[in-house]
Amino acid sequence: MAATAESVLKPDFKSEKKHFIFTDEHEALRESIRNFATKELAPHAEEWEETTFPDSVFRRMGELGFLGLDKPEEYGGQGGDYYSALVLAEEITNANSGGLAMGVAVHTDMAMPPILAFGSEEQKQEWVVPAIKGEKILCLGITEPDAGSDVKGIKTRAVRDGDDYVINGSKTYITNGHRADVIVLVTKTDPDAGYDGFTLFLVPMDAPGVIREKKLEKLGMHASDTALLAFQDVRVPASAVLGQVGKGFYHIMWELQGERLIGAAGMVAGAQKCFERTLQYAHERKAFGREIGKFQVIRHKFAEMATKIESARQMTYITAWRFNNGEYPVREISMSKLIASRVLCEVADECIQIHGGAGYMREYGIERVWRDARLNRIGAGTDEIMLDVIGRSYGL
Amino acid sequence: MIQPPFSEEHEELRSSIRGFIDRELAPHSQQWEDAKWFPDEVFPKLAAQGLLGLKYPTELGGQGGDYLHEAVMCEEMARIGSGGTAAGIGAHVNIATPPIWKFGTDEQKQAYLVPAIRGEKIGALGITEPGAGSDVAGLRTSAERVDGGWVLNGEKTYITNGVRAHFIVTAAKTTPEGGHHGISFFIVERGEGVTSAKLEKLGWHASDTATIAYQDVFVPEEALLGELHGGFKLIMANFQWERLAMALGAVGAMRMAWERTAQFARERQAFGRPLSGHQVIRHKLADLAASAYQARCVTYDALRRFVAGEEPLREVTMAKLLTQRACFELMDACLQIHGGAGYMREVWVERAARDARLGPIGGGSDEIMREILGRILEAPPAP
Repeated sequence: MAATAESVLKPDFKSEKKHFIFTDEHEALRESIRNFATKELAPHAEEWEETTFPDSVFRRMGELGFLGLDKPEEYGGQGGDYYSALVLAEEITNANSGGLAMGVAVHTDMAMPPILAFGSEEQKQEWVVPAIKGEKILCLGITEPDAGSDVKGIKTRAVRDGDDYVINGSKTYITNGHRADVIVLVTKTDPDAGYDGFTLFLVPMDAPGVIREKKLEKLGMHASDTALLAFQDVRVPASAVLGQVGKGFYHIMWELQGERLIGAAGMVAGAQKCFERTLQYAHERKAFGREIGKFQVIRHKFAEMATKIESARQMTYITAWRFNNGEYPVREISMSKLIASRVLCEVADECIQIHGGAGYMREYGIERVWRDARLNRIGAGTDEIMLDVIGRSYGL
Repeated sequence: MIQPPFSEEHEELRSSIRGFIDRELAPHSQQWEDAKWFPDEVFPKLAAQGLLGLKYPTELGGQGGDYLHEAVMCEEMARIGSGGTAAGIGAHVNIATPPIWKFGTDEQKQAYLVPAIRGEKIGALGITEPGAGSDVAGLRTSAERVDGGWVLNGEKTYITNGVRAHFIVTAAKTTPEGGHHGISFFIVERGEGVTSAKLEKLGWHASDTATIAYQDVFVPEEALLGELHGGFKLIMANFQWERLAMALGAVGAMRMAWERTAQFARERQAFGRPLSGHQVIRHKLADLAASAYQARCVTYDALRRFVAGEEPLREVTMAKLLTQRACFELMDACLQIHGGAGYMREVWVERAARDARLGPIGGGSDEIMREILGRILEAPPAP
């Protein structure tokens, strides 16, 4: 049971490392997503930084069944468990494109869940079925120019007019905003009702009055298309309401939790990938007559990074285990997201440092990881919002 | 939901240990710290509750449990509120007696382990020397063959229970070169030629950490523990558990310190509202809670793998490295939140911060942990 001198001096690296939440099926899935991402996506990562990734990625992933891993079979999904969504988030990092991973995650983990949870049968048939096939692309509209994490400040209005609703307002930082076929839109239907005044709509992006104003330039995530959208007298039928009128805030808050945790898994995997590439570099690059990995300070940097990554991974996995077992651990999810995003940013920065001048150059791809990583401390709830949620959970 | 690898059974044990510590030990911690000594009677008291033999077999007087039961104890000892007392108990339970359990003869088990589990004999582990700490190959204490036994000469230092211990599980060179293939262990009873000198320390005041000198100390043949020249294996065999025990201790200490500090922040008023009503304090506490959860998750995973027999050198090393630093940082932040009060001896956190500072040094320093991990990472698993 305990270590022996032999095992300490020559550790057995082949020992079982798989975490208990994963089964052999998950590992097989992992393998197939990794192959796909490595062979079909990664070779284009550089090019897609300039052009954004093509819509055909969705169709291909739909063909392979990767867009509905944890979605019900009756809508074309694979009927897998929550962990299978974690596996996708982890392995898609092999595409070497944070923007692509984000575009896919918004589609599968942010926009699709509320339709499945609150949508009518017609809405699921109309949007979820083709979305799982990758034939229709989804986006989610929460943030506005004047309201981000403070959802209460949302101004986009939907006003009842006979059998229709008329929507006016604007949304910004919308991932997939240019390519999407439909948006899950958060609007205010009753300005005097506070949290009870929000309603979700499924608005087709080709509806008259939906204006894709501009593609936003960003620090990183260049492969993703991020939009500023305007809604000018957009008329939709009452059947476009998603869920219950007045319950939009609760519908959207509910789904953010599962997504945050899947996001955390992706961040940990991204940090691991960056770490491994840099470890490889440290074996190849020589300075003062030896591999730079042989210098003690560099070796210790790796030890420190590996420890941070492992701890973030364990937080994420065990929290996923709670979630999958029916708990709703908002506190622990927030902690996992907070720590995982920090770890990713710190690891990316340390990896640039180990690469030296090469790390600063575009061709090595590390500076891209660094730029892409930075969004994670802001998107899906900033560090500060996470800390607020955690603090409040203790009644502080 | 109980976090793996623990189950309902362990939570019951946890609440019983907690009750015992809160009732019998914690009320005295201040006094023991001031006296720079906790009384030896603590050992029989713990033994009466079965707490010195949780993982040891019933035929030796233990509880017949396993490392998971012991893990609960490691975590809950933080509640004593005295790192030095927890260290003395921990040295006995987690480092001095396990080598006898694993490598001892039946006679040695009867002579030392059985009374140790009863709290009648107190043990210490003697490895570190003035000239050799983490680098165990540099040990100088020697054991020379004589008729009917061995004669030991040398000096050990930083030995927890070094003054009170009835027996010291001692590492000594049995070849002139020493090193990995020339070290052996002996169970040395306190007696002629064995002298202890207590050391003053930054923290861990209730612990009798000492330097022990061996001057021509004769021990009989049967004092040899494990194989002759096989001492390095014995050292290594318990490192993983010792480090896990430290990680668990930090997890327990972080939880308790956080709860107490959050309570303080709710009660203490500043600028017309509780401290916790100030956003920076609320965020600080939230951050510390996340760090405590992170430490718990990485430690519990390593523990789970250890108990399953995976020999998780990598995971245990990471858990030790991460938790000890995180625990000290958390204590320092808790001290800061307490303000001036935190600097005063009468408030628990002053002591907790001092006690926690040993974590990144003891049981293999942070730097040694990073060396081990660095070596592991140089040999990644075959694809």
